[in-house]
Formats: sequence, structure tokens, C-alpha cells
Amino acid sequence: MSETLAPENEVATVAVMNQLPGRDVRAESPLYHAEMDKLAARNPRAGGVLLRELKLLGHLTLRGSQDNQSFMSGCEAVLGVALPTQPLTSVEKGSVSVRWISPDEWLVVLPGDQAFEVERGLRAAIEGHYSVVNVSGGQTILELSGPNAIDVLKKSTALDVHPSQFPVGKVAGSVFAKSTALVRRSSEDTWELVIRRSFADYLWLWLQDASREYGLVIKS
Amino acid sequence: MFYIYCPHCREHREEEEFHAKGQAHIARPADPDNCTDEEWGNYVFFRKNPRGLHHELWYHSTGCRKFFNVTRDTVSYEIKEVYKIGEQPQVVAKG
Amino acid sequence: MSQKNRLQSGGRIDRSKALTFTYNGRQYKGYKGDSVASALLANGVDIVGRSFKYSRPRGIVAAGAEEPNAVLQVGATEATQVPNVRATQQELFDGLVCSATNGWPSAESDMMAAFGKVGGKMMPPGFYYKTFMFPQSMWETYEKFIRKAAGLGRAPLVNDPDEYDNMNQHCDVLVVGGGAAGLMAALTAARSGARVIIADEQDEFGGHLLSSRERIGGKPAADWAAEIVDELAKMPDVMMLPRSTVNGYHDHNFLTIHERRTDHIADKAPEGQIRQRMHRVRAHWVVLATGAHERPLVFGNNDVPGCMVAGAVSTYINRYGVVPGNKLVLMTTNDTAYQTALDWADTGREVVAVVDTRANPQGERIEAVRKRGIKVVTGSAVIDVQGKKRVSGVSVGSIDAKGEKVTGKVQHLSCDTVASSGGWSPVVHLSCHTGSRPVWNDEIIGFVPGATVQKQLTAGGINGTYALDKVLAEGVKAGKEAASRLGLTAADTQLPNVRTVREGTPMALFHIPHTKPTSRAPKQFVDYQNDVTAAGIELATREGFESIEHVKRYTAMGFGTDQGKLGNINGMAITAKVLGKTIPDTGTTVFRPNYTPISFGAIVGRNCNELFDPKRYSAMHKWHLENGAKFEDVGQWKRPWYFPKAGETMQQALDRECTATRESVGILDASTLGKIDIQGKDAREFLGRVYTNAWAKLAVGKCRYGLMCKEDGMVFDDGVTSCLGENHFVMTTTTGGAAGVLEWLELYHQTEWPELEVYFTSVTDHWATMTISGPNSRKLLSELCDDIDLDKDSFKFMDWREGTVAGVPARVFRISFTGELSYEINVQANYGMHVWEKLFEHGAKYNLTPYGTETMHILRAEKGFIIAGQDTDGSVTPIDLGMSWCVSNNKPFSYIGKRGMVREDCVRKDRKQLVGLKPKDPKAVLPEGAQAVDDPNQPIPMKMLGHVTSSYWSANLGRSIALGVIKGGHDRMGESVYYPLADGRVIEAEICSPIFLDPKGERQNV
Repeated sequence: MSETLAPENEVATVAVMNQLPGRDVRAESPLYHAEMDKLAARNPRAGGVLLRELKLLGHLTLRGSQDNQSFMSGCEAVLGVALPTQPLTSVEKGSVSVRWISPDEWLVVLPGDQAFEVERGLRAAIEGHYSVVNVSGGQTILELSGPNAIDVLKKSTALDVHPSQFPVGKVAGSVFAKSTALVRRSSEDTWELVIRRSFADYLWLWLQDASREYGLVIKS
Repeated sequence: MFYIYCPHCREHREEEEFHAKGQAHIARPADPDNCTDEEWGNYVFFRKNPRGLHHELWYHSTGCRKFFNVTRDTVSYEIKEVYKIGEQPQVVAKG
Repeated sequence: MSQKNRLQSGGRIDRSKALTFTYNGRQYKGYKGDSVASALLANGVDIVGRSFKYSRPRGIVAAGAEEPNAVLQVGATEATQVPNVRATQQELFDGLVCSATNGWPSAESDMMAAFGKVGGKMMPPGFYYKTFMFPQSMWETYEKFIRKAAGLGRAPLVNDPDEYDNMNQHCDVLVVGGGAAGLMAALTAARSGARVIIADEQDEFGGHLLSSRERIGGKPAADWAAEIVDELAKMPDVMMLPRSTVNGYHDHNFLTIHERRTDHIADKAPEGQIRQRMHRVRAHWVVLATGAHERPLVFGNNDVPGCMVAGAVSTYINRYGVVPGNKLVLMTTNDTAYQTALDWADTGREVVAVVDTRANPQGERIEAVRKRGIKVVTGSAVIDVQGKKRVSGVSVGSIDAKGEKVTGKVQHLSCDTVASSGGWSPVVHLSCHTGSRPVWNDEIIGFVPGATVQKQLTAGGINGTYALDKVLAEGVKAGKEAASRLGLTAADTQLPNVRTVREGTPMALFHIPHTKPTSRAPKQFVDYQNDVTAAGIELATREGFESIEHVKRYTAMGFGTDQGKLGNINGMAITAKVLGKTIPDTGTTVFRPNYTPISFGAIVGRNCNELFDPKRYSAMHKWHLENGAKFEDVGQWKRPWYFPKAGETMQQALDRECTATRESVGILDASTLGKIDIQGKDAREFLGRVYTNAWAKLAVGKCRYGLMCKEDGMVFDDGVTSCLGENHFVMTTTTGGAAGVLEWLELYHQTEWPELEVYFTSVTDHWATMTISGPNSRKLLSELCDDIDLDKDSFKFMDWREGTVAGVPARVFRISFTGELSYEINVQANYGMHVWEKLFEHGAKYNLTPYGTETMHILRAEKGFIIAGQDTDGSVTPIDLGMSWCVSNNKPFSYIGKRGMVREDCVRKDRKQLVGLKPKDPKAVLPEGAQAVDDPNQPIPMKMLGHVTSSYWSANLGRSIALGVIKGGHDRMGESVYYPLADGRVIEAEICSPIFLDPKGERQNV
């Protein structure tokens, strides 16, 4: 499982590691203890806000210069889609999405069991200065949808979420409640929040509280 | 609460997304070991506090995590320009 | 009591919906559409409070936000108490309970009135300063008395059951005020395609139009307004906020709006509804259409209930169907107020006279009044009022053309109501919040907004524009200008037809003269809420307070919850007159947010209770909860502090945890430590520049402890950084320092050394980290890990290895913060709980003992390991810490902190240096923070040598130990210092090495 990219007998330049155990090991997403599946089973049928955790996905932080041709083309070849260079945009292809974070930073989200393969593929394809970091355990994604999702966002972040300013596909990192989130509008009334693991419980409480007046429906 | 244009994200964001880092354009001396105590003290401790135009360093901490510069009027709080690290201000105090 | 002042018809109230409410314990009736003030007036309630200093009865004066007297306590239950509610702004609902707040024990029969007259003399302006400066020890007594008497209301004693929140809004144009100008501005901007928010403090949009008898486009003004409101409400990008006060105008067009969503429905918000919401608005453009407040005139006994502002009288008649009296005398300096006489006469009640301060007033309304046979007394003024609990009559005297002297005979008129109008003051408050000073306009006799750097437009009354046709035109103009400044094509809104009223010139008069000098005339009130009189202002000015800011503070003018909305301009005019200056030369005081009082709930929103501050949890938090951990806040993290067993004291738990770790094996959740992944070919060079020690030769597979300094040479963080690959490191930081260190690395990379090829990524949350520590830790690990050679010569101290622990891929670091054989196991956080539980399954036979931060602190202190931020405070160099072994001066690059450390001040011999401390009495535990002295018997202030930074009872050593800084301490080994404590004890301690246990480090190298 240990991977060295340097030729044998040479010192490894970077440590790459398949961090996933076998299937018999229980994985606990950041909101595992909230038992959202059980909540979903006994939900009210209607509500203005729908919430689910898009859990245990693979998250890779990519750093590199847009001037590095090898980086840009290598990423496109391995991810199947070019890195978005327009600020605050995202791209999606199949089960892979890429969010712009800064001119030299992107977040790749993909199925959890592909993180290691994709990291290896990227490292094999790219030359020059770049970095790939697996951050899958450190964050999770909450998906908010429904007609009042936008109102909950307005209670939580100062981003302008009006469709004219925040069209589908836009991504923005901001303050969210008193924590932070990377917000993406994935469809007209669906929003994805990439949040940090350690803040997940606080934000879960916050979202329940801020949604109460509209009715909150948990989805599994 | 300021409304600050981030030159990397290319849109205005609320002040709470940023950290103010004080006076901009304070270059670390090239050869610290041969600085006098006075030179080093000036670099480490002394800062301007102008009434009027001030060039400041800001950090977009919850956004792109990039540092950039802001020229701000300390009386009216107007932000006159923002510019990236390595660039020079266009709006400067007269005299 | 019946609603004796209620008209049979007219107004915007719904007479089919009777409402019952309670005021001062008595039940009254009102109607839907009433304000509490209009309902009280309808019921003939004259007195709504007692005045602050003189305890004089006070009645309702105005009809809006500017009301100074009718400030009530509202709430039917303890939990729903709300202080400082203006009766004029509180809509009536069925079951509303309110009471007067000033007046003790009640407004009607006031104990203070007994010594009110004496008290008045005892309370001249500046009485706070004069009376309460000495003796200071009496202040608490005075304060209680003043608060009780001053009518500040009271906060509820139990939790507010309602929900409040904040909401962020963005718009192209925020229109403040929903009167004629605001509606036109909003409509024009919205029709041009702008995103518009329009907010108004009243329950209905329309502002003055709701109480006006004018016609717009051939319709009653209120009907016209309703049509505009309908159109706006249908537009998708228009947000309409009634019952919403724009309370603050801040930098860069950031405004706060206080929306009262359910205060008009019931005492408590209906289930599931938000009571109040604070909107935090970022507007590209702001149109201030805030209108104007009518100024009352300042004359003798002008505070007797029955004295009102003229326009307010019209509002009560036209909007609420309430005539607040039977016999009216109207005093005015202008034409507009004549409308009040017409409105009053139309109700069938008597207008005794209109007293006009101008010698020869000309204008349409004057003609209309005369035509009705109403007496108009010109060139005269009401110089004082008779009556105590209600006006019974007035004295009217002729005055000179400047309004400075009473010139002729004084006649008496009998009446119960005095309406006065001294003209209008534009509501410039918001325009001043951002630092812009208002400017005086002689023509309109008022201040208008001054120059501003904000993207702000103004329309209507705020500009001193009062004629309806011009107000509408200014609204359209502002809307168009906002649209075109936004780059939109401005829509052209047709101006409706409005009849222009011919008006004469108003007179600039504020303070009505009396036959006696001001100081001996009946009290002429300027600021009702703070009992500031014209005589008081004159006295303040004579005593040398010439700046208007000083006059304000000396007299307390404008300090009330009404912020001087009615009185400030009159006060400035009086100050100016005494000083022989003009009003603009006298200047204004500064208006600050908030425009009207605001509940804390609305400010706080949902950032309270559990949501007050984020709590951060590790992946193993649930286990800690289930196993009885007590928690400690470290930054926002909730870290286990210790794990008491049933019946254990904290010290017993710590002793057990410490002993178990040294004797067998303990386990710590170390996930909260900051972790930064560093990649790039210059990573090693970068580390060498930010750490004080050398990194050039750290081999792959090795770990090293590092100290980080700022440029001044002072330690600010520390941690272990491991070489994962030639171009790949993982840095650990202190728990609290994680975000700051990452920002620090980025700062130097982005601004100083962008040429270095290195990237930093936070992986703090990604890894769950558990440290097993103690002589049995290897045995325990070997049971769960078979793919790492754990042999002591193969996997050495300060090595790291990759392997599988409990079936989960892991990085294991053989590093130690306890001085014991230790392994720090890192797994992807989703699997942290699994590994943690497996360790306990296998650890039972080794008495695997969970420990928290306190035991960690004790164990590391036994070894003399520092905690950055506890043993350091930003004034300690590595040398001061005795850690010169961690400073390399052979590095080619002058790393951060190197030059700072050799500043003259940093090489002094008598710097405070970190040492170990052994109390002579081994049972005595020094308090952290205790100050050391050489001679405990020296006189106070003693010469202090330093303080205790860490101090514990060490179960392993069977004695107390401490770390602390002592001046020149490194050269004082074996000497005694003394710690005199607040309780009188003096603890003697011996200065020693900070390493109390295993100085050769043999325990961790097994």
C-alpha cells in the first residue's frame, strides 16, 4: 500500500498513501452520530428546507500554477475535465467535481474509493511544482435544497446568493454562521456546503435552528 | 464593516472574510544579520499611522487565502484601490 | 372608561375589531389599527409618565419615533417584558399589557412629586457632576435611585422565550422610508430593473400620506400610496419591509434594519415565527427618504399634558379617528400647521385660536382658517400654559418681530390642548452615522444632510422639501439617478397630479420669550425626556460650556432613548442665541446608531446559548462523552480535561491517570493539534527559515521538534515536523496556534519568498491522532499492528513509519510529550473511532488509561517540556527558555527570529528565564501566576522577579513541581525565591532544573 514514486533505492520525494481500510472497518462521517438515516425515516413529509450529508466522499486539494502546462493538462487528463480557471466557478463531470478555490488551488471531490487512484494518477501525470493532498477525512458536504434553502443561507452567510450574483455552478468560500464553508450552487435550489469535520456538529445544530421556521426535512 | 474587493476572487466580500495585517510594503531587510539594532527595530516595530491614504496588507482568510494590498483613506474609510502582492499602488498621498 | 375622544368615523382604524388592553393595571378598549398612543388618547388618558428630574406629569406629545414621553414597559408576563417601547410605535393588539415606566410608584400619584419642587432646585444642569462626584462611595445608592426614578424601564428577569435572528441582504437600492418620496424612488428604481429593498418603520407604507388629507392623481393620498405598494409588491426583486426601522448606516453602504415581525400580533411570537429580525444590508445605493420631524416650540410649562406637536394632533385625528382634547389653541411659526386647526374644526370640536408668531401671515391655509371663523392672533405667542395634570388655559402675548421680547398685554385663553409648530427638522440621523456633518439651511430653517463619501441619495423631507409635488419629483429623481449610476436604463415614472398650496414664509423661532427672564419664567422644556430647560441651557452656557458637545453632556440634552429627536435643534438654537452665534456656527452634536432603541435579542439573533460560539469536536468525541470526560476549552475545541471514575475527585483522577501512564500505558486524543501538509522542492529550505533549528539534514522517516519565533526573537509556537518524503513534510502546531501558524507561513511565502516552491495545506481535521504513552505502549501497538517492525533499534525514537493499525492504514510517529515510550497513531478521521475502540479492546489487560489535557500537562511538566502560550507569553526567547539546543546559528539563511534574538534587550543577563521550581514544602502547590520575590518582608510594592507559569501536584514524584520565569534564573540554581500570596501565605521554592524526571531521557528511548 505504501507508494514511492521515485525509482527504487532512491529516496521518496512525496509520501502517498492509500488511507482506506478494508470494507469491514466502520467509517464514521463527521455527522455519523447525528444518525441522519434514522431522522430521515421518521421525517415530516413536507418542509421548506431539505438537508442531507454527502458523506465519505474523496476530497483532494490540488495546488499548482496555471502557467504549469504539465499541471493543467495532467489534471485534465486524469480528472477527465479541465480545472476551472475562471474565479469562483466549478466544473462537474460524472462523479467528479472540481471547485475553484484560488488561482492556484482547487478542490476535487470524487467517490471516496477513487481518491488514492486519482492522486497516484495525478502524480504520475504531472511534472514540476504542484501538490496533491488527500483531505477526505477532514471535511464533509452538506446539501441544502428546497424553496427556503436560500433563506437559510441568508441567515448564515453574507454572500450574495441572488441568482444574478450566484448562478448555478458558482463556488465561494466564506464565513458561515461563526464557522466557514465553501458554498456551491449545484442547481437552482440546491446548495452544497463543504465544511470542516470539527465544525460539523456546530453547523448541524445551526442549520436545524435556522431552518425551523420553514420546516426541515432530513434526507438520507 | 468594510466591503472589500478581492483581486483574486474578483468580487466584493464582507470584511469578516478578511484579516487586516497592517501596513503594506514592509520588506524584510536582505541581510538581517548586518542590520543595526535601529534598522532592525524600525523594520520590526515601527509603523505609519497616517491621516488619509494608507497602504495596507489584507488576507482573504475564508476565501482564496491570498494576501493583497489595499489603499484606504483612514478618515473616510474609502477604499481607493486594491492590488496584488508585488504590485505598486496607483493612488498615493501627495507631497 | 369609554373612548370619549374617538370619532364616529374616519381614520384607518377598523371599528369592527375592538381590542382590549391594559395600561397601568386598568383595562381599556381600542381598535385594530390603533397605536397604543392613539388608544390611550382615545380613552382620555392624559398622563403617560413622570419626568426624570422634576417628576412632572407628562403626556403624549408626538405620533412617531420622536415621542419622548410615552415610553412604556410592555409585556404580560415576566419573560416577555420589553422596556423603552414608544407607545406611538407600538401597534395595539388584543390583550396587550403595558405600563408607564417613569413615575414611582405610579405615574398618576408620584411620590417624587412631593419633593419634585425641591428636587428640581437640587438638580440643576450638571447635577451628575456636581452632586455625584463626591462621595464616590455613594454612587451605587444614587444610581439605584436614579434608575428607578429615571424611567429606564427594566429587563425581564427570566429568559426571553422568543426566537430572533439576523439575515444578510444585498440590493442595488435600499430606500429608507416608505412615504411619498421613498415610494416614488423605489418604484422608479425597481421599474428600471434594480434589486430594491424598501423599509419603513410603520405597519403600512405611505408615511405622512396615511394621515394626510391631500389628494394625489385625483385620489386620496393613502389610496394612491396603496396602488404603488401593490405594484412594488408584485415585482420579484423588490423586498418590502414594513415595521422595519433602518437603525444604522455604516461604512461602505452597510445598513442594519430592525424588523419587528410579530410585536403587533401578540406578547409572544406565534409558534414557529421569528419575533424580530435584524437585516444586515449591503446596498449599492441608498436613498434616504426619512422625512422630517416637526419641532415643538419652547414656552412656559410646555410640558403639561395636552401640549402636543401640531402635526401629531392631525395624525391622531386623520389616521386614528381620535381628537386628543376639546378646546384647541394652536401656536405656529408657519403656514403648514394651520391644517391642524382645520382638521380639529372638522371634528366639530372648538378651535379657540390660532396664535401665529408672524405679524402678517399670508397663505391659502390661513385664508381657509379665517374663512371658517376661527380667531387668528398674529404677531403673538403662547408664553405659558396653566394647568397641572392637563392644560387648562394659556397666556398669549404679542411679541416683537424677532420673537425675542413680549411687547404687549398678555391675554388669557381657556383651552385643554396646545398644539405648537416651530417648523420641521429633516431626519438627518442616518446620513450622519457615517461621519458626515449636516449643514444648516436658512431657507428651510433646519439641518440637511452634508457631503458624504457613501453612495447615498436623498429625497423629500430630509432635504427640507415639504411640498408634496416636489417631494414626489425628488423621489423619482433619486430613483432614476440610482438606476443610472448602477448602469441601468432609468425608467421614467410619470408624476401624478398634485395641487400646489400657496404658502407664506415661515419664521425662524424656537424659544418663545416670556415677560420674565428665562431663569425666572415658568419652566420652558427643550428636552422632555431628560428635563432639560431653556434656563438650564442658558446656565450651562454661562458656566462656560460653549461647545454644543459640552452643553449636551452638561445638561444631558439628547441623551435619552429619544436621542433628542424633538429637542436638539431647539437646544442648539438657544445655545446659539446665548452665545450670540448662528446655529451653523454653534454646530450639531453627532448622531450615532441606533436611530431607535433595539432589543438585544435582535442584535444577537441565534448566536446565543448552544450556538453562541462554535464548538469543535474530534472524531472520538462521542467516546469521551460516554466515558465521563470533563472537558476543557482549548480555542474552540472541546478537549477531554480528565476522565474521573465514579467518586473520584479531580486530583484523584489525575493521580491515577499520571501513574497509569508512567507505569503501564495511557492514551490521549491528540487530534486537535494543528497539522499542516507541506509539499514542494523548497519545503526543507522554508522550514529552515521559519524554525530556529536546522532542517537541512532531517532524513525521510525522521521527526524533529522545532521552535518558531517572530522577527522580534520571541517564541510563538512549537511542534514536531516530520519528513514524509524528500519534498514532503507534515508540521504540527499547538492546538490554539494552528490557524495562526498557517497564516504565518502563507504570509512569508506570499510576500517575502514567493520564489520558494512550496505549498501548505491544513490537514488538522483530516487525521485523527491518538497517542499511546507508557512502558507498555509497544506491546499494545504490536497487538494491532503487524506490518511495522516495532523493534527499538528498527523504529527508533523520533522516527515515523507507515503501516496498518487495527486494519486501518496509519502513520505512526514515535515521538513523546510525556517522556515515556510513545506512539502517535494517525489515521484518516473517518476511522479514528474504530482504531480508538480497538486500542481499548486490546488495552484492557495493560490497564490502558485515557487521560486528558491536565494529565498531559503534568507529565510534560515533569519532563520540563514547555507549552507555547502557557510557559511563553510573547516575551520569551528560546534562550530564555533554556532551549539554545533548539537554535542553530550555522544556517546560511537568517531565519525568522535570529536577528531579533541578538538585539541588545534580548541578550541581557537579567532577563526572565524559565526554570524549575520546587516548593520547600513538597505538599504546597504554587498558584500559576504567583509572583516571585527575593525578600518577602520587603515593603510593598515589592521588587518582582518573575512568575509561575505552570504548577502541579506530581503523583509520580510525590511532590509539587512548577515551572516559572525568574530574572537571571539560569544562574541561580539552588537558590530560594519566595511567593507571597494573596491569602497571606508565603511559599518558598528552590530554583532548579525544569527537568524533574528522567533527565537523561532513558524512558523514551527504550
